[in-house]
Amino acid sequence: MTAFISQFINLLAAILLMLAFSMLAQRRILSLIYLYTMQGATLVAATAIVGFVTNQPHLYFSAAITLVLKVILIPSLLHRVIDRLNVRWDVEMLINIPMTMLIGIVMVMFSFYLAQPISQMSSTIARGTLGIALACILLSFMMMITRSKAVPQVIGFLSMENGLFFAATAATYGMPMVVELGIALDVLVGILILGVFMFHIREQFDSLDIRHLEKLKED
Amino acid sequence: MNFLGYFSQLLEIVLALLLAPLLIGWVNQWRAWLQNKSAPSLFLPYRKLHKLFNKELVLAQHASPLYRVTPYIVFGCMALASAIIPSLSTDLPLSPASDAIALVGLFALARVFISLAAMDVGTAFGTMGARREMLIGFLAEPALLMVLFSASLLSKSTSLTTIVDTLAHRDLAIYPSLAFAGVAFTMVSLAENARIPVDNPATHLELTMIHEALTLEYSGRHLALLEWAASLKLFAYSCAGLALFFPWGIADAQSPLALLLALPALIFKLALGGALLAILESVSAKMRIFRVPEFLATAFLLAVIGMLVNILLGI
Repeated sequence: MTAFISQFINLLAAILLMLAFSMLAQRRILSLIYLYTMQGATLVAATAIVGFVTNQPHLYFSAAITLVLKVILIPSLLHRVIDRLNVRWDVEMLINIPMTMLIGIVMVMFSFYLAQPISQMSSTIARGTLGIALACILLSFMMMITRSKAVPQVIGFLSMENGLFFAATAATYGMPMVVELGIALDVLVGILILGVFMFHIREQFDSLDIRHLEKLKED
Repeated sequence: MNFLGYFSQLLEIVLALLLAPLLIGWVNQWRAWLQNKSAPSLFLPYRKLHKLFNKELVLAQHASPLYRVTPYIVFGCMALASAIIPSLSTDLPLSPASDAIALVGLFALARVFISLAAMDVGTAFGTMGARREMLIGFLAEPALLMVLFSASLLSKSTSLTTIVDTLAHRDLAIYPSLAFAGVAFTMVSLAENARIPVDNPATHLELTMIHEALTLEYSGRHLALLEWAASLKLFAYSCAGLALFFPWGIADAQSPLALLLALPALIFKLALGGALLAILESVSAKMRIFRVPEFLATAFLLAVIGMLVNILLGI
């Protein structure tokens, strides 16, 4: 039974990785938000299952916080933001998609290699998935780098936080409750501030392209 | 090798040759149903083959011998490919030859010959089709190899019969790597068999066609052989996918009863797979040719991730 559940956690981790890759390859902002919601839902399932297997009730709380925050609240906020900013068009990439994917494969290999000694020392049930969590973080980071618009960058940031959360669950059965609550609040406040920030960028430059921010003077 | 082995090998080849046009007819029927059209007869592909075999052969004036032998080579490659894929039984006389890399090589050989023959006559459509075919081929082959490798990592062998034997007799377990490989395999086989997101099998004489452009100059029995080879290719890919990802029901050595049960199991799985293919084709739109590298890069990526997950999660 335990072997079966650990395989199921591995499967969820693999789904997380696949979602991270599809976010990296996605051209539409609306689909990005849907993918982010699915990533959150997968994370909820993984956290709840780890909590169930290891008898750690506090993981249920973190799963519940994730559910409310990352599956319901933040996606609906993002939907409202793109509605009001009226940005549904295709996302602009700085590197083309096949190239991004190939770099992504290299990053997955790197993070697997990096995580292997750590996961050998760990004794948790989901220790094998640490490499995947690390890969998700790096892939979201890369997504932030390769996009030039503000909304996909914010989604990349949020999905990086998902990866961190999964890494914590995989390596040490989650962070202490206080830290988790703090991070949840941080993310919520962060998205609010970034939302305001996006409106300001648009007001200033008539565009959400953050490359405008690189100029110091107006021309 | 015993009598039963030879019998199952023979049965497999005959079955592939007979059922391949039927599979095409079945898929076409489902497509018509899903698009609210009245469906063509299930046996239409047979009638078409019969008609083409009886028609006069028209050859281009400057056609070289290569152009004449290509239909036979392509047909032979596809027949051999469907023979070495263990669709009914894993106890086959050809099993020493049924290697994952050899299978990909067979498909590549057929592709090279048909592309050369298409360029041989010198028409614009043929050359264009050959280029596009090679573009798709060189992107699809590594992805297919990676899919087969991630399955062979589970069984520590590249022999197809060993892979299927291992996969059919494993304990019930979830393999994330096989899920990735399955998605990648579906994408590759859509591209290789000229199905909808990549090529439209229903069009004829259009600028977007790939497979039809290659066979545009052929007529008579040559065209019949090529059409039959195309249906055999779809059959071979379907059987390979079923053998790798749904290997239940395939007979193993020395059991006539299992062989008897393997036949209806295979037909049932093929019927289900054909209907799924038609649904997949009906819900997706044909993509631009310049999006195809992206599509196939995704397939390659999924296959590679499958392999990595397999190696690094240790399952």
